[in-house]
Amino acid sequence: MRIPILEVRNLVKQYAAVTAVDGVSFAVSEGVCFGLLGPNGAGKTTTIEIMEGILAPTAGEVRYRGGPVGRNFREAAGILFQKTALQDFLTIRQSLALFRGLYARGMEVDEVIRLCALEKLQDRDTRKLSGGQQQRLLLAIALVNDPAVLFLDEPTTGLDPQARRNFWELVQSIKARRKTIILTTHYMEEAELLCDEIAIMDRGKIIAQGAPRDLLRQHFAEVLLELPRQQLPPAARELSLRLIEAGDRIEITTNDLDGTLRQLMDAQVPLKELRIRPPNLEDLFLELTGKELRA
Amino acid sequence: MMKRMLAVWHARNLEFVRDRGTLIFTILLPLTLIVGMSFVFGGKERALFKVGVLVQDLKTVSHPFLKERYVDFVAAPDRDAAIRKVARHEMDLLLDSQGTPPRYWVNTTSPKGYIVEKLLLESDRTAQRQPVTGDAVRYVDWLFPGILGMNMMFSCLFGVGYVVLRYRKTGFLKRLHATPLSAFEFLSAQVLSRLCLTLGITIILYVGVSNIIHFHSAGSLLLLFGIGLLGALSLIALGLTVAARFSAEELVGGLLNVLTWPMMLLSGIWFSLEGSPQWVQAIAKIFPLTHVLDAARAVMLDGAGFTQIAPSLGYLAVTTLIFLVFGAWSFRWRVD
Repeated sequence: MRIPILEVRNLVKQYAAVTAVDGVSFAVSEGVCFGLLGPNGAGKTTTIEIMEGILAPTAGEVRYRGGPVGRNFREAAGILFQKTALQDFLTIRQSLALFRGLYARGMEVDEVIRLCALEKLQDRDTRKLSGGQQQRLLLAIALVNDPAVLFLDEPTTGLDPQARRNFWELVQSIKARRKTIILTTHYMEEAELLCDEIAIMDRGKIIAQGAPRDLLRQHFAEVLLELPRQQLPPAARELSLRLIEAGDRIEITTNDLDGTLRQLMDAQVPLKELRIRPPNLEDLFLELTGKELRA
Repeated sequence: MMKRMLAVWHARNLEFVRDRGTLIFTILLPLTLIVGMSFVFGGKERALFKVGVLVQDLKTVSHPFLKERYVDFVAAPDRDAAIRKVARHEMDLLLDSQGTPPRYWVNTTSPKGYIVEKLLLESDRTAQRQPVTGDAVRYVDWLFPGILGMNMMFSCLFGVGYVVLRYRKTGFLKRLHATPLSAFEFLSAQVLSRLCLTLGITIILYVGVSNIIHFHSAGSLLLLFGIGLLGALSLIALGLTVAARFSAEELVGGLLNVLTWPMMLLSGIWFSLEGSPQWVQAIAKIFPLTHVLDAARAVMLDGAGFTQIAPSLGYLAVTTLIFLVFGAWSFRWRVD
């Protein structure tokens, strides 16, 4: 069996009265994009910062290529934090040169500028970048040492949809270089698009783990029906259907679409606003925790 | 409008009051200043003349002249240094009361020396005159090292203190921590960067101002550079001890003020502490800036050599080491 590039064993992080990470274990194979999903406060960032070596765990350990993570791991890791300010009065090229100078090995600054499509911005002051441009620069900085493992902590939070899509394309091109990526996010679309494997966290624990498609297959029947909550008469709640309340909607999961539709019509449920779609990771989180991911 | 203003006013007050460190220093700083200045400037009436007495401790001698009012008598254990001061008008008269007959040195071109000599001879006609000649040190010449030193102190303490604080607050330090960069490497780079800037600026100021006021150093410029180098290192390292850990701007500002103001008053930037109580002088000797200025004045005004200023250089080197070790030990990459 191949040794995983990264392995997390029984990780615990305790702050005064709060257990931010509570016995988390998982392994990441080389070349995989591994997603840590969960709502704010689930313990994703704490877990990833312990993996990066920025935070010390209360208990448990992180192993890199079968051995304990030491200071040398910093040469092999590229990191994009949720929030990072850069040194003032430097251009993109100068900022990249600064970080390149901190590593023994890595890519040429020109190469990383090209990879992250920063050619036209390279002489611009980093304080004058848009949110999307700033994230591209921070990704470039994370890549400047040509890392074996790339940590991306909620990299697209706060970006507009267009900038988010551009960023996803960039990450996909990096994935194609067989880099191992650890990604935290609360955007399910992002996880579905980029991740080969995910671990869903809630209150410091992993509540589900696997390939997104496998997880959906394990937890859901074929399809999911969505109805506005007010259109479901009380009588319909007595039907033998699997109902989940999701905000102002009711979700019904079934593997017998015809039978379910017949039951709803017999109960005189208006179907004008009915939506039928395959379940996604958002539904999975709802199914597992009974609450919405971004609640 | 009032409601909005009150909401912001209230929130800001809460922020300030709950930041305990800042609150304490806001109260402590002016209190310390008032108490300190009352000791330095308060007490006995201001003297008109300064007379050195060739003795280790003034309490061990008695002479009728020592009872004169408006004369500041100071112990002058080093005869040559004291005579040099008389020659430069920094001391109006030097008395050796234990000799038989007693002797005194006075600058024949000093008006204050002329008057204080008359006072001495009124109380002791047997005293033997030892004439000394020499031009007065202009106040601007005496002040020049003080101003350079003060500028160096602010540049080192605030330049390093606030920059590291800003890096920590914005998360830039945390990002650097994720790289192979060690705390020692980071701090050394900060020290060296500030050292180059401070020395560069000090050299420019020295050359520019000495041309304007027609000043020529009596001693070696290389020695002066050495004093500047070690002084700047010690002050930068002191700044790092403050910036190493804290994240609150007002607290760091308060701490830096607590360090700079006593140095402003007691390190001899504006006036000499000669004649002030021994314990005030002992406190002044704690500050690196006092050693920078004492050594710089000795070289610039008296032409002192390496051996005369070696104790000051040694003190600056030792404090640099202590501050750097403490700074590196207490350094935090991120906001706690």
